Amino acid sequence: MKFARLGLLAFLSLVFASLFLSAGPAPAVLAQQPTPADDEVNAIAQELFCPVCENVPLDVCPTEACRQWRELIRQMLAEGKSEEEIQQYFVENYGARVLSEPPREGINWLVYVVPPLAFLGGAYLLFRAFRTWQRLAREPEAEAGSGSAPAAPPEDEYAARFEAELKKRK
Amino acid sequence: MTDTISPKKGVPVWAQVLIWGGLLGLLALVAIGLVRAQRPMLIVGAQVPDFTLPLYEGYDYGGAEEIALSDLRGRVVVVNFWASWCKPCEGEAADLEAAWRLYQPGGEVVFLGVDYVDTEPDARSYLAKFDITYPNGPDMGTEISRIFNRNLGVPETYFIDRSGILRYIKIGPFVSPEEIQAVIEAILLEG
Repeated sequence: MKFARLGLLAFLSLVFASLFLSAGPAPAVLAQQPTPADDEVNAIAQELFCPVCENVPLDVCPTEACRQWRELIRQMLAEGKSEEEIQQYFVENYGARVLSEPPREGINWLVYVVPPLAFLGGAYLLFRAFRTWQRLAREPEAEAGSGSAPAAPPEDEYAARFEAELKKRK
Repeated sequence: MTDTISPKKGVPVWAQVLIWGGLLGLLALVAIGLVRAQRPMLIVGAQVPDFTLPLYEGYDYGGAEEIALSDLRGRVVVVNFWASWCKPCEGEAADLEAAWRLYQPGGEVVFLGVDYVDTEPDARSYLAKFDITYPNGPDMGTEISRIFNRNLGVPETYFIDRSGILRYIKIGPFVSPEEIQAVIEAILLEG
């Protein structure tokens, strides 16, 4: 009798164990992705431009096309895409003109290189001009202070002679 | 009176060459850009440059996932630019589909829907809503639009004859399938 009960217990244990194992792992519970806020969407949208209306950033464009684009950004953010991945998607689909800043490649480099070079060149020219003007302003003072006759340009010989005569009479 | 003034130092020659060369180069670039921007739109009678349209899943052409204009030589091609955000496009969608169903069995005419700056989920909803069945795909990087020099808006439709010559341009929506049919018939008759 005791053996029969033990046998029954063992049988039931085996049945439960096989049922438990055959059930397999419990299905994974998928976490609900939080919907990205408007600020997160606009942070990316402001770096893109509407392709339909020229020169209007995507975050403020009121057209239906841009509303759809913002929703697409929201969807991609919810899928875990990074800002770079989203921008890359938009460039592939709509061209580089949607970017607020042209990509740093090819002829686009001119946009980044020429303005600073022009600024530096202009600053250098101004620096040289200021130095020349300073030198020209100081030369008469220095010559007056040294007591010698002021150096006159060769073409202004009359003025030089006039100045020399004045010195002699002093 | 022995004082002499040293000759005035100017900008070195190499710097002058560099500055003038740079300025001329920039002017040349601006000129090229202006010439390109003012290039005339693709006009009727011109050969249409080849392009390849990637097709949306379920909108393939004979099993192909993309279609090149050059593959369609010998057929009349109707290229329709549309977008899901475009309200006037909705007005002509059913007419285009009706015309396509009329010509599809003959195989002489192919319709291509070019989806202009659109998002795929909205585009697919639009295609399903109007039960559109002819080959459709996105204008990736707006490259096809630039071939046609489009800058007016959607919808626009271009009719290309059997030898790849642009024969008719429709700016704005069609008002009936008969309007589409009339243009196609005229091109088919011309050979």
